[in-house]
This record gives sequence, structure tokens and C-alpha cells, in this order.
Amino acid sequence: MNLSAPAPGARVVAFGEYQPGNVVSNDDLTARVDTSDEWIRSRVGVEERRIAGADETVVSMAVAAGGKALAAGGLSPDEIDLVIVATCTQTDQIPHAASSVASHLGINAPGAFDLNAACAGFCYALAVASDAVRIGSAQNVLVVGSEKLSEWVDWDDRSTCVIFADGAGAAVVTAADEPGIGPVVWGSSGERADKIHLRENRYLFQEGQTVFRWTTTELYPVALEALERAGVAATELTAFVPHQANLRIVEAIARRLGAPQALVARDIVTAGNTSSASIPLAISRMSERGELPSGSTVLTLGFGAGLTYAAQVLRIP
Amino acid sequence: MAHSEEEILAGLGEIIDEIAGVPAADVTPEKSFVDDLDIDSLSMVEIAVAAQDKFGVEIPDDQLKDLKTVRDVINYIQK
Repeated sequence: MNLSAPAPGARVVAFGEYQPGNVVSNDDLTARVDTSDEWIRSRVGVEERRIAGADETVVSMAVAAGGKALAAGGLSPDEIDLVIVATCTQTDQIPHAASSVASHLGINAPGAFDLNAACAGFCYALAVASDAVRIGSAQNVLVVGSEKLSEWVDWDDRSTCVIFADGAGAAVVTAADEPGIGPVVWGSSGERADKIHLRENRYLFQEGQTVFRWTTTELYPVALEALERAGVAATELTAFVPHQANLRIVEAIARRLGAPQALVARDIVTAGNTSSASIPLAISRMSERGELPSGSTVLTLGFGAGLTYAAQVLRIP
Repeated sequence: MAHSEEEILAGLGEIIDEIAGVPAADVTPEKSFVDDLDIDSLSMVEIAVAAQDKFGVEIPDDQLKDLKTVRDVINYIQK
């Protein structure tokens, strides 16, 4: 039996993002629940977030982010042969999002599937895309994280409605002689699956202290292992882009990496927690601001419900 | 080996100073974490983790809500 022809490596050639236009400030939320701007900033770190309108869906936001990434990478839709949408908030299980996203972008008959690893989803999807390119199952992959968390939030619950938000981020992955995506370090902890779940099968709920302890004590070794496996020293990092769960979690993990020179993504401040979208959204916005020069080295770390986690090193296109 | 109350109080003072910016001298046994020291639930987790590193006693999350004062933590560590 013949096997597909492998590629020496895979890299990201472009990022793209989409955020809904509707900005919701902390003061807007104080009109609805008993909270305050000061409380939200000090506990979570969010100053404002974007909330999708009725016409903005997981699919439409993924299309917008994916289209921007394709344009930035200079690829035409017919060059894409695999589309992966990382999401945990697609309301319809059937049909899934990825084939609709591909169709709206004019991508003709690609492999297309959704991937749910909660807030770690983008890192999982990027690893799968990299492997597909390297093994030769695909030539060019569109990876999108797209989430409409606002549909799964109890807007009368002040412990969650201040955190979560909507948006999408995308990356185009292609074959490369020089690898630009390092080995993924991933795992899960299903015995703690109940720590983040849907209350009444409807509303996001998390045990805040348990999740905080898990993320701030158990995940930095995962990030360090991803560096080690990529052969990159912490002191070589341009930036650390973890899932934008909570600014205090982001900063607590960053402190333990031994990378004081690395810029730490603080996208949650103006974007909120957008689950699987948060990492590509942050990278895309940081790149647009000129904070991530071409060729710079970034460490990602996704983590969330499941519990799941994944980390990898990337080179910025 | 068990730690004395003075040792634990001094250690907690250092930890709380570092995590919450409360001067160690203000950390006295009768102080309430929430009402007197303005320490929130996530900082309590950080204090518990740091106390475990320092004193070798694990304070699980489900115990934290019952530890309202500095003395409660001292007693828990000495227990």
C-alpha cells in the first residue's frame, strides 16, 4: 500500500481574527448584576468584552476570521484542503460548523470537522493540522477557534457573566522546510470533569478556587515541557500567549516560566474570555499592533473544561 | 516536625505580604482574611498553596471557606 508523501515541517503562514462590534463595559454589567468595575478588574482583569448579536454565530464569526487569515496568507480558497473549527459553543450539533464555514469561504470540498477540547481547542486543532500537513493528509489547513459563549452564560450570575465573551481567531497552516510549529504537549484530567460544566445543561459553571489552583500550580510544567520538546529556551521567547481565562491566572503562570523578557498576552482585558478563540485572537491582535515581529517565537498554552490542556511553540509568520 | 504558633504566624505574614501586599506586621491571629485584610477567594488559594510549600500541610479548597481568620489557618496547620 502506498502512503501519502510527508512534509519536513508545518508552519502558520497567517493569522486572522473577528470580534463582534458590540462592546460591553463593566459599567454596562453593573446595571444588570450586583458587581462593580473595580471588583471585575481586580478578580478577573476584564475591562470590556465583545458580545455577539443575533446575526453573529459560531459559523459567521469563523468565516470572518478565516477569510481574514486566508487573505493575509495570500492563499486562495481552492488551495485549502482541510478545515478544522475548534468550538464548544456551536448550538447545533448537526450540522457541525466546519463544512458550513468552508462553504461560505468558497473552499471546495475540503475535509472538514469540528473539534471540542473546550478552551484548549485551538492548541489541539493546531497540533492536528500540523500533523496532517507533515504526514501528507493535507497540504493547506484552515484552523479556526470560534465561540459564542454569551449563549451559554446566565446573565444574572455575576460570577460568570463578567468573564465570558464572543469572538473568533484563525490560522492557516502549510507545509514548510523549516518547522514553525513545535511538538504539542497535551493531556487531560477527566476525574475533574465536573469542575467546569453546564449547570442545568444550559449555563457555564466553574468551581473558581479549584480551577484557579489547577491552572496556577499544574500547568506551567506543561508549558515548560513544550519549550523543552521544541528545543527553545524560555529566555528566547518573544511572547507567552496562554488561554485568556482570567488575568490573574495568566500572570500567575507567566511568573513561573523563567521568561521575564517575554511579552505576556493580556488580551482578556479588552476581549474577555473567548475559550478556544482566545489564543489566535490574542496573537492576531498582538501581531497587528506590531508586538510580534515576523519570525518571533511564541509559547501557547490552552486549558479548560474536561479538564484539558495543550501547549506548543510557534513561529510568527 | 510540628511548627510553633510563632513560626506559622511569621511565615503567614511573609506569604500574605507577598501575595496580597498586606504588611506582615498587620497579620495577627484575630484578623479576618475577608473583613480585615481584604483578601479575596483566589488570593486565599494562593496563600494555601504557598503555606503548603512552607509548612508541608495541604489545605484543600473545600476547607478554605471555613478558615476565616489567621488563627483558623494556624490551627489547621498545627492540627
